[in-house]
Amino acid sequence: MESLSFDLANTTVRALNAELHDPSVKSYEVLHPDGAHAVAAGIDSGIAVEVRGHVGYYCAGMNDGGTVTVHGNAGTGLAENMMSGTVRIAGDASQSAGATAHGGLLVIEGSASMRCGISMKGVDIVVGGSVGPMSAFMAQAGRMVVCGDAGDGLGDSIYEARLYVRGRVGELGADCVEKELRDEHRAELAELLAAAGLDHDVADFRRYGSARQLYHFQPGQGRY
Amino acid sequence: MPRESATFGRDVIAEIQRAAETGVYDIRGWGAKRAVPHFDDLLFLGASMSRYPLEGYRERCDTDVVLGDRNARYPLHLQTPVTIAGMSFGALSAQAKEALGRGASEVGTSTTTGDGGMTPEERGESKHLVYQYLPSRYGMNPADLRKADAIEVVLGQGAKPGGGGMLLGQKISDRVAGMRTLPAGIDQRSACRHPDWTGPDDLAIKILELREITDWEKPVYVKVGATRTYYDVKLAVAAGADVVVVDGMQGGTAATQDVFIEHVGIPTLAAIPQAARALQELGLHRHGVQLIVSGGIRSGADVAKAMALGADAVAIGTAALIALGDNSPRYAAEYEALGSAAGSYDDFQDGRDPAGITTQDPELAARLDPVEGGRRLANYLRVLTMEAQTIARACGKAHLRHLEPEDLVALTVEAAAMARVPLAGTDWIPGTGDAAQRSSTRGSGHHA
Repeated sequence: MESLSFDLANTTVRALNAELHDPSVKSYEVLHPDGAHAVAAGIDSGIAVEVRGHVGYYCAGMNDGGTVTVHGNAGTGLAENMMSGTVRIAGDASQSAGATAHGGLLVIEGSASMRCGISMKGVDIVVGGSVGPMSAFMAQAGRMVVCGDAGDGLGDSIYEARLYVRGRVGELGADCVEKELRDEHRAELAELLAAAGLDHDVADFRRYGSARQLYHFQPGQGRY
Repeated sequence: MPRESATFGRDVIAEIQRAAETGVYDIRGWGAKRAVPHFDDLLFLGASMSRYPLEGYRERCDTDVVLGDRNARYPLHLQTPVTIAGMSFGALSAQAKEALGRGASEVGTSTTTGDGGMTPEERGESKHLVYQYLPSRYGMNPADLRKADAIEVVLGQGAKPGGGGMLLGQKISDRVAGMRTLPAGIDQRSACRHPDWTGPDDLAIKILELREITDWEKPVYVKVGATRTYYDVKLAVAAGADVVVVDGMQGGTAATQDVFIEHVGIPTLAAIPQAARALQELGLHRHGVQLIVSGGIRSGADVAKAMALGADAVAIGTAALIALGDNSPRYAAEYEALGSAAGSYDDFQDGRDPAGITTQDPELAARLDPVEGGRRLANYLRVLTMEAQTIARACGKAHLRHLEPEDLVALTVEAAAMARVPLAGTDWIPGTGDAAQRSSTRGSGHHA
């Protein structure tokens, strides 16, 4: 058999995940997720999973190598702590999408809520729409591309992550500044957009990153 | 004769002068150093006419404990209830982490990772390793999660409830930086809130995810700093915790503001009865959900007292470091050169620890032999266990877990009120209603 189908209307997430952790085939389809939590969490191989409907919290959490596509919206913590692989969502994502993720590619075709990319540690995140406030908070490494707008507090206390925003940006977070968009940045931006399947002119984006003023505990800084 | 002020003592004056000079607050390691009601303020009522003791050294007094048997396929079964608390690689050297694993494994107990991920040395030498799941998620990855024997979701610690962590740049070596995905040499902060959940309802879903990712194999602990302990324990259990860890204000830290350490949180003594009461009301005390208590455990008497008040196990951090060699008089001259003294050294944030424990300096770290450190820790853990057994036998208990509040009295009114045991020689427990009601409820396993 090439593909297996799990209908969550009559089987459990636990049974689904147990199969995905010890897969007997290469591709899976998940029907009627109906907002279930932890759908396709903990994948650690190169399988493909198509989820047809909306998912709850932590869909594709800690994904390591899998390709998970959600044909719907996602709740909090989509692809949190992803290590590698690809997670793509056709709709919108709730809070903390891609939180702490170390690697892989997260594509949100719609918009993402607050704290998108919070504490990201190397993941690439491409958002077709906008992101909410406090996105890329304490973002350590990786790249985030926002084709729409970004809410207030973007990149607060950011470390070495690179942020690209096409639309309006609210008040920048502490220690986050606009930076020059050089050729190498245009090149990586073009690559990220292509990987996400989005078509935008890289010249329309602005780049943001760390001013590196909070890297050392200093008198009067008031940030520790 | 010159008169010193009780309000403006020498230490207070020195701190004002230091603040005026530098413009920064004091950061240090260790836990609260102020005197607070503690286990020293309790005594055991040994057996006599009305109770029957067990023969010391001969009669059986078991010490084992099973942790996390509510949901996990593989609960931890430890031979002693004295566990090693979470301390990070970064705060501690790799050798120190390895020594903790060796010592704990030798006596059949668990050790715990910290804010910075799991090192191969630590995993390799730890028979039972608890993997902390912290707000920063430094070094957090599913492969290590699956290698763990239990998962501890950390909400806070007793030294700084409500605060995140900090590791100053002098301790961020290339290896530490690599594990945390941060540039070497920068002052690094750890968040005080988890990035992808808020509140107990979310935590329930987070715990579900952790169970799903690890195929329901591992116990999930929830660790809180002691503050509103009664409510926090109830909410942790409601969120799905198999084990609740409560860390009192004497619990240590590698680096936090002195003002935070000394002024936020409650003493361990005050937290345990609250935690036990919460579990009793849920019908889960002593069976269902286990309680681990930490913060100022130093001796077998402390172990026994914590367990009598309701803990199923305890965790040690500061005491374990001392057992490894922290604050050893052997390095007295070097402590003095750092402006401290053997017995007072608490600049764990500084990275210049002469004992080679709270450092990332390769030369200093090489001073600690992990094998010798492990041997010393194992010895200490054995002593704690045997001391606790000695007390339990004297109280007529064939298992440490059979110790109960009825075995205890308090030396001070404050300790009696906090621990909810009577002032010695009386039946008075301040704050728990009238004497008749107390005598009808004491010994029934429930406190008024």
